Amino acid sequence: MESAISARDLVKTYKRVRALDGLSFDVEAGTVFGLLGPNGAGKSTTVKILTTLSRPDSGAARVAGHDVLRQPDRVRRAIGVVAQRPGVDIEATGRENLELQGRLYGLRGRELATRVESLLERFRLDEAARRIVRTYSGGMQRRLDLAMGLVHRPAVLLLDEPTTGLDPEIRVEMWAEIERLVRDEGLTILLTTHYLEEADHLAARLAIIDRGTVVAEGSPEELKSELMGDSVVVELGRPEANGNATGAIERVPGVREIALDGQTLRARVPDGATAVPAMLGALEGAGVEVQAVTVARPSLDDVYLRHTGRAFGARDRDREEDAR
Amino acid sequence: MTAFADSWFMSQRDLRNLVRQPWWIAISLAQPLVYLLLYSAVFRKVTEIPGFAADSYIDFFAPGIVVLTALFSGGWAGMNIINDLDRGVLDRFLVSPVTRGALIAGRLMQQAMVTIVQSLIIILIAFAIGAHFPGGIVGVVLLIVAAILLGGGFGALSIALALVLRREESIIGAVQLLLLPLTFLSAVFMQRSLMPIWIQDVARVNPVDWAATAGREAVSSSVDWSLVLSRGALLLGFTLVCAWLATRAFRAYQRSV
Repeated sequence: MESAISARDLVKTYKRVRALDGLSFDVEAGTVFGLLGPNGAGKSTTVKILTTLSRPDSGAARVAGHDVLRQPDRVRRAIGVVAQRPGVDIEATGRENLELQGRLYGLRGRELATRVESLLERFRLDEAARRIVRTYSGGMQRRLDLAMGLVHRPAVLLLDEPTTGLDPEIRVEMWAEIERLVRDEGLTILLTTHYLEEADHLAARLAIIDRGTVVAEGSPEELKSELMGDSVVVELGRPEANGNATGAIERVPGVREIALDGQTLRARVPDGATAVPAMLGALEGAGVEVQAVTVARPSLDDVYLRHTGRAFGARDRDREEDAR
Repeated sequence: MTAFADSWFMSQRDLRNLVRQPWWIAISLAQPLVYLLLYSAVFRKVTEIPGFAADSYIDFFAPGIVVLTALFSGGWAGMNIINDLDRGVLDRFLVSPVTRGALIAGRLMQQAMVTIVQSLIIILIAFAIGAHFPGGIVGVVLLIVAAILLGGGFGALSIALALVLRREESIIGAVQLLLLPLTFLSAVFMQRSLMPIWIQDVARVNPVDWAATAGREAVSSSVDWSLVLSRGALLLGFTLVCAWLATRAFRAYQRSV
């Protein structure tokens, strides 16, 4: 069976920045696929290419059985898009937004009216339908945005960071909505996010992308089980002695993948409960002060760290500093 | 057919959003009306200049202000595009199957409808305070057509500028720095033969002058049809070239995202 989405060796360069560097992945129909990565990893660029907004410099992509370069119009009719910036017209009412969206996809008359009413009801916007969108809350605007993406009953839905900037409870509400779409309507959903928990929660499969290319792909469980064992994070005290820390830890049996990132030392061990006392002993022996220790089951954060060599949060932090 | 329907849906949206901002309609009408009253008072004695053809300055100026108003409302057209760009509305249209041309045509159609209403209001008020339009209904219709073409052309240019530069400041700058000089380098305020030679030369290639000349001639008592048609044809060509440029600007925008 053909994949609902397939991207092959996508390359896209903006001026001097290579946003996509040979990105490939496949999405099975009727599933949620997550593209996970920090800001600037190439997630939005991928969505722009898959939605025909942008053209790749090289490579190919098919969405819902159509080539994005050769049959952009067919792709457009088959997909629903919820972009990072809500594309709602804030000067118009909720109903007007939905009606215009429906008309652009060829819906008319009674069919349009019925579809608009059912979406307004389903997304709990029926009472606000006659209000100008400017007066909507952030959550309501996002729900309207999602409703607009669904007006023409697309087979494939592309969600570019659908919950960025939303309150936690609204985020959970969006998650429930996305799960319902896959379960009840059989949609294929491509979701980009830089929230690990979101990808973990929603995606059946996911690809971790970094610097425009896929560095790991699989189900969240597969990716986590690849790591084998617990992660130990040690917060160190005095910076001047930290240089000895790595060497000391290396001598503890069973400790792997040691990484020192500023004051934070990370390592992987088969069993946290037995390894931690030995590690603390080794650090004390080397004169390294320890402020805190945490032991965790593998998370996607660890998967990210392992495949990109950097902690997920640290990457974003660096980028912000670069931007300044 | 779809292209036309799409354009109409886009126009509808723009018109509806415009009607919801009554203060903007008021401002865009107040300016030409103030100009109409002040200029026709200040320049009343212009008619005494030997060689000035019109009987009163308001007769001369009324068609000019119709053209001027369309020019300025066209000039601001890019502001809406920048709003849509910033809010992601334009990108949403571009990932829908809407015909690309409809995004431009819809706006220009809305522009034309606004120009018709604005022109009629100005003409009625000018008539009420004593302006004459000897060319009658046909003349007035042709004057409005000239205004639509001019507003449409500069509207398309403004949209193109908005798509390429994507900053409100660039539209404000262009309107302030380009449009007002263009009106002074045309027959909007003064009869062409009474202007310095160099301005007459510039006016020859100035679309604002084509519109003012064609529109004013059309409402005059003895219409020089060859003048109306030649300036009208130039104006039509100008508008079409600008609309084409605006569609090119759309492609440039899509290449850059």
